[in-house]
Amino acid sequence: MLVNQFLILAAVLFCIGVYGVIARRNAVMVLMSIELILNSVNLNLIAFALRNGSADGHVFALYIIAVAAAEVGVGLALVLLVYRNRKSIGLEELSEMKG
Amino acid sequence: MFAAPQAAAETAAVALKSGWFLDNAWIIPVIPAVAFALIILFGKKLPMKGSELGVLSMVASLVLAGGAAFQWIDRVNSASEGQYIEPVIRTWNWWQSGGIDLSIGQHMDGLSLTVLVVVAFISTLVQVYSLEYLRGDRRYTHFFASLTLFSAGMMNMVIADNMIQLILGWEIMGLCSFLLIGHWWEDKANSRAALKAFFTTRTGDIGLLAGTSILFFSANSWTRENLGVSGFSIRGLSAWALSGSPGSVAITAGAFALFAACIGKSGQFPLHTWLPDAMAGPTPVSSLLHSSTMVVAGVFLVARLFPVFYEGMNIYGSSMNFITLIGGITIIIAALLAFVQDDIKKVLAYSTVSQLGYMMMGLGAGAWLPAVFHIFTHAFFKACLFLAAGSVSHSGSHHSFDMKKDMGGLRKYMPVTFGTWVISTLALCGVFPLSGFFSKDEIIDNVGYAGYDIFMIVGLVGAFMTAAYMTRATYLTFFGEPRGVLAGGHHEEEHHDVHDAHASDHGGHETHASHGPHESNALITVPLVILATLAVGAGLLNAVPFGEKWENMKKWVEPRPVVVGDVDRAAIGELRGFRTADTLPPDTVAITEVIATEDTVVAGEEVVSPDTNMAPAPLMATVAPVEGGEEATAYAYGEGHSTEAGGYGDSHSSVCGKKTPEVGVCHAPYVKHAPFKWSKAALSTAIVFLGIVLSWLVSVQLYTRKRGLVVGLTKRNRLLAAGHGFLVNKYYLDHLYEKVIVRGVAHPIAKGAYWVNQNILDGVVNGAGHGTKGIARWVYRNVDQRVVDGAVNGSGTVARGAGGALRPVQSGKVNQYGALLFAAAAVAGLVLIIINT
Repeated sequence: MLVNQFLILAAVLFCIGVYGVIARRNAVMVLMSIELILNSVNLNLIAFALRNGSADGHVFALYIIAVAAAEVGVGLALVLLVYRNRKSIGLEELSEMKG
Repeated sequence: MFAAPQAAAETAAVALKSGWFLDNAWIIPVIPAVAFALIILFGKKLPMKGSELGVLSMVASLVLAGGAAFQWIDRVNSASEGQYIEPVIRTWNWWQSGGIDLSIGQHMDGLSLTVLVVVAFISTLVQVYSLEYLRGDRRYTHFFASLTLFSAGMMNMVIADNMIQLILGWEIMGLCSFLLIGHWWEDKANSRAALKAFFTTRTGDIGLLAGTSILFFSANSWTRENLGVSGFSIRGLSAWALSGSPGSVAITAGAFALFAACIGKSGQFPLHTWLPDAMAGPTPVSSLLHSSTMVVAGVFLVARLFPVFYEGMNIYGSSMNFITLIGGITIIIAALLAFVQDDIKKVLAYSTVSQLGYMMMGLGAGAWLPAVFHIFTHAFFKACLFLAAGSVSHSGSHHSFDMKKDMGGLRKYMPVTFGTWVISTLALCGVFPLSGFFSKDEIIDNVGYAGYDIFMIVGLVGAFMTAAYMTRATYLTFFGEPRGVLAGGHHEEEHHDVHDAHASDHGGHETHASHGPHESNALITVPLVILATLAVGAGLLNAVPFGEKWENMKKWVEPRPVVVGDVDRAAIGELRGFRTADTLPPDTVAITEVIATEDTVVAGEEVVSPDTNMAPAPLMATVAPVEGGEEATAYAYGEGHSTEAGGYGDSHSSVCGKKTPEVGVCHAPYVKHAPFKWSKAALSTAIVFLGIVLSWLVSVQLYTRKRGLVVGLTKRNRLLAAGHGFLVNKYYLDHLYEKVIVRGVAHPIAKGAYWVNQNILDGVVNGAGHGTKGIARWVYRNVDQRVVDGAVNGSGTVARGAGGALRPVQSGKVNQYGALLFAAAAVAGLVLIIINT
């Protein structure tokens, strides 16, 4: 089995995700892009797990999925609170952390 | 002796016909599923906002389902007398997990095709009706998407070949029901109704999951061994239930758990409370989901896995079982509630609940065919009644559903709606030549015949009440003087009740609303007329009173209770090297001969010598391989030629269901059929007419003349007042569920958690706090002030310098942080690559 097709797909997904994180101004879109990145990593893990015939990669992928779900939960809660306070989820307005 | 069995086998096991439509019936639910995706994705851009896709997909499904149904009839006709008609089953592997194969597939037989055709047909008409009824709605596209997805889910459930696929369809329907009840969710009452429907049915659905798992774990090894299918397979479960191998605890627990799900989905007592509230949805939804199709899912499940319930609930075993009990209670309590409703749709909703009770009671009493036939006929007239009610509110009463306030005298303005309503009402009441008579009366008749006498009386009382409350609703809506908005002649803007929320959305509608009541246009009346026609004619498909020739449904739909030497079983037998037909001892071969001579109805097992009974079971099934091993062989069955009442059950002790089959497997238990008697039909017809006439007289006094004995009776008589209050409050079941059970469960938990929080956790925390404080004081004086401060001050100075330098990086913009992060990662990656190469 060729692993490189999986890797290319994962790389493409990763790049789309990175682009989304950097270029998007909408917090929800950024969260979604992060999901893409995580899942591209999952793809890599599973592809290698399949090639090496071990279950470690599967287990890692499952963990990542679970953690990603929790992360999105927290992220969306944050976005919701931001929206309640500001009636907007544009990231460019959220620069209070400016040092 | 040895030539005869071959000839016998040839007549017994004719190759069954099939055809493209039947073989590829799995396409039927796929079409609306694809249409759903297309509507969601592109619906808003299409000229008719996606509704055309919905209607087209339903028409396509209807055509395919019709084709499949015709080919099934062909298949039945091609079978020989007494041959088991193998359902057309195809499966594909869906996924595997832990050694369990989960398949997806089709299980096409008379039952699934009946319901499939009904669903496709009603869905088509309802979608056409919705084109007009929801014109200009703010979520028009989404409405059609949900409606189409619902049809896909229901069809998927109906053709499901295993429990997992069935659950999938079941849950899709639950979801669509939620979406559609809450279609106008801006109104708080609607979204509450949607949630209530969802939670209530979910309560029952726990039983579905539990029951499926119980049955799977008890049946899996048997089905694997004997049929080569998993314990989820519906065919496998049916055969397993009748094989005599399941333990009584397992199958009873499984049947009860599954029935809990049926109670929830089919609105049986005590979980019926969601169904009337579900009328908050748009009327087409009420008509399609909450009367004719989705709510029969529970009934369908009982009919589908009838062998499991047959064994698990001990049908025919005593004068009462759980299914008949629930069904009977539901009939009466729902019919009583229908008397005190002012909302026309709620009357119909309770009527639906009551009719579902009939179906359940029928199934529980072993009246399988009448119950399934009632699903069929009920779908047409109930859909018609709902659509007529929608038509009344759409064009007659300015979007009000209140019969007492806003209707009355509409028959002059809406002749088509009035006509179809009356026809369907009579069909629902079970007046003689209309379809309801042939199904409902058969249920009542068969329930009594099977020995469930109390429930026959319940059925008759229910028939009386049905006639009475439907007459009341008809009178209030179409007769008497116009009331409310009709009388006033102008639209009261502030009159918005629950169902009224969409009135304001009909931008262009206000103008024609001011014209007063009028007939609806063709998109509404044509479906009404079609449905009313079927409400008249559908009963003729199984018109028992006219003789055997007319009992087509029985021929096409009812599975034959024949012992089958299963194909797979034969194959397995050969694989394992069991003996085949020519090595069988002569005694076994004699069985086929004896049964082949049609007039001698000697059961096979009586001839079998003891030593053949000792042989391993799969051996017996291998009689068929003489002509290729493809065809299933039919053994003992003779209903066709022993029609004298009650005769055949006794002479055939080997018929499935009465006894464990010793050879082969059974797929369906035998069911009793009551012989038709005109005297019984006359009695029930008389009861119905009595109900209509009495209710008419009372209605005239109550609502038009407003004088006489009955007016204000509930106010004068204490007992009646109490009863009335009891009914108006729906037996306080909602109070029980919401105030007592939900609060009772939720409150102690919250209270207990609070107590733990206040006393235990706080105690620990406070104690720890005090302890820490002491230590901290000491640390502060000695370590902190002297050692740490020095270090901190030093590092502070360093940090300040570094911070100043890095300050521009901290722009506060998340995107820039992200960019920095990825840039750093990229650089690190590059470095790694360079080092490694």
